[in-house]
Amino acid sequence: MLNLDQYSCLGAALRDALERWPNETCLIESDRDKEKTRLTYSDFKELALPLARALEDAEFKAGDRAAIIMTNQSKWLISAYAIFYCGGVLVPLDYKLTAVEHLQLLAHCQAKFLIVEYYLWRAIMQSPEFKNHKIQTVLVTEAPLGADLAGAYRWEEFRRKGDPEFVSRQGEDVACIVYSSGTGGRPKGCVLTHENYLEQCKSLTAWYPFWPGVRYLSILPTNHAIDFMVGFIGPFVCGACVVHLRTLRPEFVRDAFVRYKITYMSLVPMVLKNLERGLKAKFDALSGAQRFVLQKLIAVNKRLTRRRPSPRLSRWLLPQVHQAFGGHLLALFTGGAFMEPSTLQFFYDLGIPVANGYGLTEAGTALTLNDFKPFRADSVGKPLPGVLLRVLNPDGEGIGEVAVHSKTVMSHYLDDPELTAETIVDGWLLTGDLGRFDGDGHLQLFGRKKNMIVTEGGKNIYPEDIETVFDGLPVKEYCIFAANYLWAAKKLGNEMLVLVLRLEQGQEFNDKLKDEMAVRNRRLPDFKRVGGYVVWEKDFPRTASMKIKRTVLAEEIGKILGRAALVEL
Amino acid sequence: MHTPEETLEEILNLAAAHFKVPRQKLTPDDDFFKTLGIDSLQALDLLTRLENHFHVELPDYELQGVSDFRTLAGRIQARL
Repeated sequence: MLNLDQYSCLGAALRDALERWPNETCLIESDRDKEKTRLTYSDFKELALPLARALEDAEFKAGDRAAIIMTNQSKWLISAYAIFYCGGVLVPLDYKLTAVEHLQLLAHCQAKFLIVEYYLWRAIMQSPEFKNHKIQTVLVTEAPLGADLAGAYRWEEFRRKGDPEFVSRQGEDVACIVYSSGTGGRPKGCVLTHENYLEQCKSLTAWYPFWPGVRYLSILPTNHAIDFMVGFIGPFVCGACVVHLRTLRPEFVRDAFVRYKITYMSLVPMVLKNLERGLKAKFDALSGAQRFVLQKLIAVNKRLTRRRPSPRLSRWLLPQVHQAFGGHLLALFTGGAFMEPSTLQFFYDLGIPVANGYGLTEAGTALTLNDFKPFRADSVGKPLPGVLLRVLNPDGEGIGEVAVHSKTVMSHYLDDPELTAETIVDGWLLTGDLGRFDGDGHLQLFGRKKNMIVTEGGKNIYPEDIETVFDGLPVKEYCIFAANYLWAAKKLGNEMLVLVLRLEQGQEFNDKLKDEMAVRNRRLPDFKRVGGYVVWEKDFPRTASMKIKRTVLAEEIGKILGRAALVEL
Repeated sequence: MHTPEETLEEILNLAAAHFKVPRQKLTPDDDFFKTLGIDSLQALDLLTRLENHFHVELPDYELQGVSDFRTLAGRIQARL
């Protein structure tokens, strides 16, 4: 891999990677069973530089912000490189947000340029807020012939001849603005520097290196911190290859393992569980004798890999299982949301190690990761090199808030010094997660101090971001909390959002109100929905400016109402 | 050519068969995530089944934000 110590910015590291491995494949893009694109590092450069030159000619300057809203595909990475080449700041936005949310965040980050996939641009154009946008230049990928693009350019045609000028940046300069939440009113744009990313890349590849020939299957959104690092920067600075799929149907993901001989993949618990279900169904379909032999072989594999994984041995013992994963898989990575230890153990016993980790956008990709020395199913691993963690104000069981000090911690929240000061105190980032270190230096998580949930799909959902959908609900007042915030569970899992209702005097809760709640709830994407409700008998405590005192209210509810009061919605 | 009603009815039948639930348990405006107890990956599996049945190709994004059978039927009908 490149020696990242010699670089001050991502653009320079990527530029040297393209020169160092011109003939290695860097990107493969597959749509169902058809391969759409296969690029070498040299091809990638040939596609990116004319775009960089066109951006330069369109007055895109160092420090200017360009947003990308796209599903995982080669044009995402090509565009990002062109932005870095010009010294720009990349704002990767989640393609699963609504058009209104996209416009809110584009306005908040004051993006000058936008690179967007056609179906998403179509939705943005139809939004009532569209007329107010202030984006100077929009590039749309894969637009059908004759489509009305409302003044936007076609990405495929937006290129100029001639060498663009490479604009170098310093380590402390901003590389990306990544939104961790805040579509409901207070956007949390994490401002991450080039140094943040270079340090993340160094520490991750120290434990899990890439090299030419490694193939990383990228199915988490590239806008997400994890995929941006291990599905772009990490593989590229090591000469490895990233595989993109245009559909995430489980059957095509399974096919991709085999067709492209995948080495690594990051996934969320939902995908891992889906793979587990599929494997268990296949095992159940075996005859009694075959199942008996399989169980014996799994037991042998488990015993022989107790201390560390042994891919060759596992592939020899359990060839059919490993062939289903392409036969080259070294590890899967997961993190963010709660992962059942039994699922992690299931895969490890088959010789497919899943490295469970922990991180947050504010602190870079990952803070801790399992290193398989030996495998542990009950922890999120040890701190990565260069990451200092401590547990603040531990209780009698050693559990307290996890704080982090690391060169990977963001610079600040965009345009929110107050929130930054609350979150980064004396150089330590307060994560809002509750944890404890065990005697082996492994971190175990025990829930959250902050009012949010993480779904099985790895999405962070903050109650404030979804409350507006209940505006106008015929009650006196309402508020949304994470259930584990109201009733501290001291564990992860079973996370759900709770709607707390305060009825008008004399008002009775009835089916009409419940239906109204359900209808509004369904306007939210399925992963953002409220799971239950409680009726609260007192007025909400409020500040002088009439804001709900959420912490006080949560404490009161937690004390007076038990979790049993929760009714499913 | 399917009428919108026929498309919807066939989707309900296919979903019931695919997830092994009684057909009468499903109604057009059901939140299929909730009624079927499925996650978004299982919903994508259903989409494949529907593609094969109706002989259309549906990009994953056609399911984005869709959680009831009626809307899903509309998306498929538009491509028939």
